[in-house]
Amino acid sequence: MWSKYKMFLTMVFYSMLRRKTRLFITLLAVAVGATIISGMVTVYREVPAQMSRAFRAYGANLLVLPSGERTEVSDERLKEIRESLSEYEIVGIAPFLYDTMAVNKQPVIVGGTDFEELQKVSPYWQLEGEYPRAGEKEVLLGAEFAQKLGAKKGSSVTMSAGEGKAVQNYTVSGIVRTGGKEEQLAYVPLAQLQRMTGRKGAVSLAQVSVVADGDRLEEAVAKVAAGTRDVTPQLVKQIAHSEGTVLGKLQALVLLVTIVVLVLTLICVTTTMMAVVTERRKEIGLKKALGADNRDVVLEFLGNGCLLGAFGGVAGTGLGYLFAQSVSLHVFGRGIEFSPMIAAFSLVLSIVITGLASLVPVRIATSVDPAIVLRGE
Amino acid sequence: MSLLELKDVSMEYNGKVKALEHINLSVEQGDWVAIMGPSGSGKTTLMNIIGCMDTATGGSVVLDGVDITNASRPELMRIRRDKIGMVFQQFHLIPYLTAVENVMVAQYYHSMPDREEAIAALARVGVAERADHLPSQLSGGEQQRVCIARALINYPVLILADEPTGNLDEANQNLVMQIFRELHDEGHTILTVTHSPEVGAAAERCVVIEHGHMKAQ
Ligand SMILES: Nc1ncnc2c1ncn2[C@@H]1O[C@H](COP(=O)(O)OP(=O)(O)O)[C@@H](O)[C@H]1O
Ligand SMILES: [Mg+2]
Repeated sequence: MWSKYKMFLTMVFYSMLRRKTRLFITLLAVAVGATIISGMVTVYREVPAQMSRAFRAYGANLLVLPSGERTEVSDERLKEIRESLSEYEIVGIAPFLYDTMAVNKQPVIVGGTDFEELQKVSPYWQLEGEYPRAGEKEVLLGAEFAQKLGAKKGSSVTMSAGEGKAVQNYTVSGIVRTGGKEEQLAYVPLAQLQRMTGRKGAVSLAQVSVVADGDRLEEAVAKVAAGTRDVTPQLVKQIAHSEGTVLGKLQALVLLVTIVVLVLTLICVTTTMMAVVTERRKEIGLKKALGADNRDVVLEFLGNGCLLGAFGGVAGTGLGYLFAQSVSLHVFGRGIEFSPMIAAFSLVLSIVITGLASLVPVRIATSVDPAIVLRGE
Repeated sequence: MSLLELKDVSMEYNGKVKALEHINLSVEQGDWVAIMGPSGSGKTTLMNIIGCMDTATGGSVVLDGVDITNASRPELMRIRRDKIGMVFQQFHLIPYLTAVENVMVAQYYHSMPDREEAIAALARVGVAERADHLPSQLSGGEQQRVCIARALINYPVLILADEPTGNLDEANQNLVMQIFRELHDEGHTILTVTHSPEVGAAAERCVVIEHGHMKAQ
């Protein structure tokens, strides 16, 4: 039996290998199809995670507020929040304490925060100057408020917690623009605001930025609610919602492109296989004259198709990974892992597609009349 | 009983073109019959019917004791595979397979490929040293000899050759005719279609067809 398989493989291999141009064109078609498919599937699968990360540039997606009648909670709770989210990739947790103070005798709401975390949570804040340094008497002014005071970066201002309280001199380290209400406020390091207002260890809220979307974000909310005392976590609805919409549209687009490419590959391979059948009519007739039945003819062409699918699939899957990798690196600035699942999927899909594409041409091949070999042309 | 018996065979293509009419022919085991006649007279049509590639529209055909007059396509395929060896004017070697592989293809569809046996068949017609060459690397005479080796490989009861020397120069024609002569001496039954009077003369018996009718035996 072995000699029979060997002869089958000899015919299937050499019918392609000893005719390089045709082989090359078909392989190219299959490989391009497989490249795009494996690339697209990778992007399709990776985009949500990557986009979630990208969306984190637009600010917190989780807000943690004091629960019930409380207006503040202990800053011990920050650690608990971090622990309850241990399974998630946390971008940042920025605590905020808000209180009214007089800056250059103007009443204003001052926010005390951890500027390092703030930069991670809200990378979109546009700064003219620097963030206040933790131990220094430095203040960050919202652009609108700075204008009201006539203060600039480097100006000296006085800060006081109220009538009769100590007055301290602060240096303006920078002016911030956000396009939102933050521009009406002033910001100092958390510990300094706590000291000036006598609210040691207190925070009013925390902004959390965590890599998660949809259901996983809801889960994160529940985790924080369960793992942290005295607080109520809330989704930042606009961000979570628009993230979901954009992702849905993006995935639909990728899916559409993938389907279009699949159909194009199918058409391309079908056309090539048709040409192959036409080109090999004499040979098919001869094989039938030598005693090949339709099953033999079908097997040989399907064998050819599947082999092409396998070769093209392997090449395309590799290229597809590189393609997805470069898309990811350029668009999201972050690489992706090679997925054996996707590789296997795209290889099998390539074989199935070329197999399918061979069906119509094979049907034509079986209808070839062996008598053509005697009819000289 | 004759190896091949045609009685009142006729063939119409598309119900109009009468390619053969009232053909009676019997070929005995070991005969060598040449079929001659001008172009378009129906020689190839006759070969197709005898070679189980097509069925006649009238009359009866019995080959090696089997009535193939009304056989189905799969039945014809099996009979053709087991009983007929064919040699073509255009050789019809598979271009991407070597000489020996071309012979093995016939074994493959018949039963089992056997390289040694295929090489022996090539040696029999004097082209064993070209076994691993592709058809494009062989001369016309060599290609035709590979084709003969392929026709012989499954021990057919009848060898059909349609214009086997039609594409060959004189030297190669003589070489091929010498092989046919030897095959005949070994007892093979051979049917050759030819234009060439010399080739016709080499056969034991000559049948002339004109306009689908048999002229002389
Ligand atoms: N498949 C076919 N369909 C229609 N007419 C055919 C077909 N094959 C042969 N013929 C016709 O039958 C006649 C005999 O042809 P053929 O047997 O090839 O002659 P020869 O081999 O003697 O040159 C010719 O007129 C030819 O045109
Ligand atoms: Mg002819």
